[in-house]
Amino acid sequence: MLQLVTFSILNGLLYGMLLFLLASGLTLIFSMMGVLNIAHASFYMLGAYFGFQIAKEIGFWPALLIAPLAVGLIGALIERYGLRRVHAYGHVAELLFTFGLAFIIEELVQMIWGRVPVDYRIPAGLNTTAFTLFNTSYPTFRVFILLIAVAVFGLLMLLVTKTRVGLIVRAALTQPRMVGMLGHDVPRIFMLVFGLGCALAGLAGVIAGPVFVTQPSMAGVFGPILFVVIVVGGLGSLAGALIASLLIGLVQTFAVALNVSIGTVMGAVGISSPPLLLDELWPVTIAQIAPVVPYLLMVLLLIFRPTGLLGRRM
Amino acid sequence: MINTRMLVLAVAGAIACGSSVQAEDTFRIGLIDPLSGPAATTGEVGLKTWQFLAGEVNASGGLNGQKLEVVGYDNKMNPQETAIQAQKAIDSGVRLLVRANGSAPGVALNDFLNKFNERNPTKQTLYFDYAGADPAATNEKCSYWQIRWAANIDMKVLALASFLKGQADTKKLYLFNGDYSTGQGIQKAMRTNMAEKRPDVQIVGDELVPLMKVNDFAPYVEKIKASGADTVVTGAWGQDLALLLKAAGEAGLRVKWYTFFAQGIGSPTAVRQSGLPSHTVFQIYEAHANLPSVAYREEEKNFRAVVGAGQTMMYPGSVNAMDMFSKAARDLKTLDVAKIVASLEGAKFKPRAGGDGWIRAEDHQVFQPLYVASIGPIEKDKGFDEENTGWGWRQIGEVKPEDTLVPTTCQMKRPQ
Repeated sequence: MLQLVTFSILNGLLYGMLLFLLASGLTLIFSMMGVLNIAHASFYMLGAYFGFQIAKEIGFWPALLIAPLAVGLIGALIERYGLRRVHAYGHVAELLFTFGLAFIIEELVQMIWGRVPVDYRIPAGLNTTAFTLFNTSYPTFRVFILLIAVAVFGLLMLLVTKTRVGLIVRAALTQPRMVGMLGHDVPRIFMLVFGLGCALAGLAGVIAGPVFVTQPSMAGVFGPILFVVIVVGGLGSLAGALIASLLIGLVQTFAVALNVSIGTVMGAVGISSPPLLLDELWPVTIAQIAPVVPYLLMVLLLIFRPTGLLGRRM
Repeated sequence: MINTRMLVLAVAGAIACGSSVQAEDTFRIGLIDPLSGPAATTGEVGLKTWQFLAGEVNASGGLNGQKLEVVGYDNKMNPQETAIQAQKAIDSGVRLLVRANGSAPGVALNDFLNKFNERNPTKQTLYFDYAGADPAATNEKCSYWQIRWAANIDMKVLALASFLKGQADTKKLYLFNGDYSTGQGIQKAMRTNMAEKRPDVQIVGDELVPLMKVNDFAPYVEKIKASGADTVVTGAWGQDLALLLKAAGEAGLRVKWYTFFAQGIGSPTAVRQSGLPSHTVFQIYEAHANLPSVAYREEEKNFRAVVGAGQTMMYPGSVNAMDMFSKAARDLKTLDVAKIVASLEGAKFKPRAGGDGWIRAEDHQVFQPLYVASIGPIEKDKGFDEENTGWGWRQIGEVKPEDTLVPTTCQMKRPQ
């Protein structure tokens, strides 16, 4: 029992922090600019592919530095020459633009690197065991991901709350005209924020690429869960995104360990027989539906607390 | 008097109609598989395989004076689209359709051809399923106009259970499958067959996981470890298999992995990336690149020379299909597919992979030997490696077709 709980907590934390790393950029863009970037997972994919290519030519550590910068640059350019023009037409137009962008990026990646998964390996230096607990080894690379995610959270919080740039960005969100009149280049600020958000997605890609499968459909794998994190965490809250990521990671990991059927759980709550048409659902175990549980969480939250856990502007 | 405008339109119309009729000297084969979307890689390999096989036949003079041409039709893995593409293919003169990916498209094609061939006796079209695994296609949804050249999943499970009968170090078994028709089929069939062949083996875990939805397999690997299993049988494929094996490698899980789909694109690479020890991941399949059969290895060599060193001949079923189709066409001196399918049902043949094979008349299911192989380091001159990883398949065992005989409920409607 202790073993199960320990492992579930550890695995849940590791997975949750990886989700946070992915979601941090999206939170930034969404809360700072109100743009729901559907192509965020695509920038994550670009980061993974750039990381793979650069790691192949030069090495992993240069890739860790160069790839996010490259993705950030592409993001900034897309904002400057694409999103900015579309912004005038409203939120739906922005959404459609990023939606189309996601498709384009996926096709480009397929054209350049092909459709087959690429062999993006964990760098030799990090391909060791960090520690062993109850006979299960935990790889150093996962701990590395955890450390990077914590560092990113710390730096972002610092940037947003303590620096002058963060102050200007926050002000530009609610009072763009005033900030503009005070002499700050508001469009440029938004371009930089979008670029930073994309760079964070790229960083997540460089790091997560070796752990997961680097293939053109990888954006679709993480896309949906990112939005769950944003919704559950609350719009505009970085701390909320962190809590939501950890919550989802832990809930999903614990759910896998539960081999108890839904019928048993319902029986414990007092519903002894399945309602009409739901009898197929009764013998299904919680473990079987574990990947769906985060979405269930999102639906419940939207019903009872639509602003999310810590929903407020940053 | 004929109006000039009408004349021009009539001529244009005639030309347009004429251009869709096949040239006299080409026999077209239509491949209906996903050529776009997530399954596109597998569909494309199928297309390249059939084009390669057609190329071989053409190089030896074609069939009855006609050259073979393979045309791809994208069904996007969708059953309705499959029927639409089949109609499109038949309209442009195709009389042999080939398909492999997905259960629903296969069943849809059987349904379509049952009706179409009955209503259109002059345009009857034959269908070769060259790798489909859903048992339904040769049971309740069977068709006289289909021949399934690969073993269905019930047969593969029966074969694996037969093989495990002789594996003394398998004592605790964990079943790990996707939560869909094939996965549930494997789950049930494994339980039934193991109870019969190895009642001493304890099934210590039985997991059904939603397809392509799980990113983090660490908790599942934890469960496998906690159960004390020494063997895992899994129908996972593609991304699920890759992530599962990677998570297992990371956690240091030491079990034997018996898979049905480790030959799939990207899976050998994933095995290599996972860091799992050599020869602990197995597959059971109609063939592998390092079979004892010289004829098969020759074909593998030719295939890789044309398609690329990193791509294995993933569809051994298609090789036998093309061989038997060609033989029937030459023996009967006709490309009338109705006559060909009549001669093929019940026929015995020698698969290139070795051993004996036959096409069961009751359900048009082909029976052939199945091979268990494990993947590990292989020296360049000692055999083929997979996907340029330096690891290749090594044969561990063979299951004779007699040990893969599954009953059928097929009641096919035969033409008068």
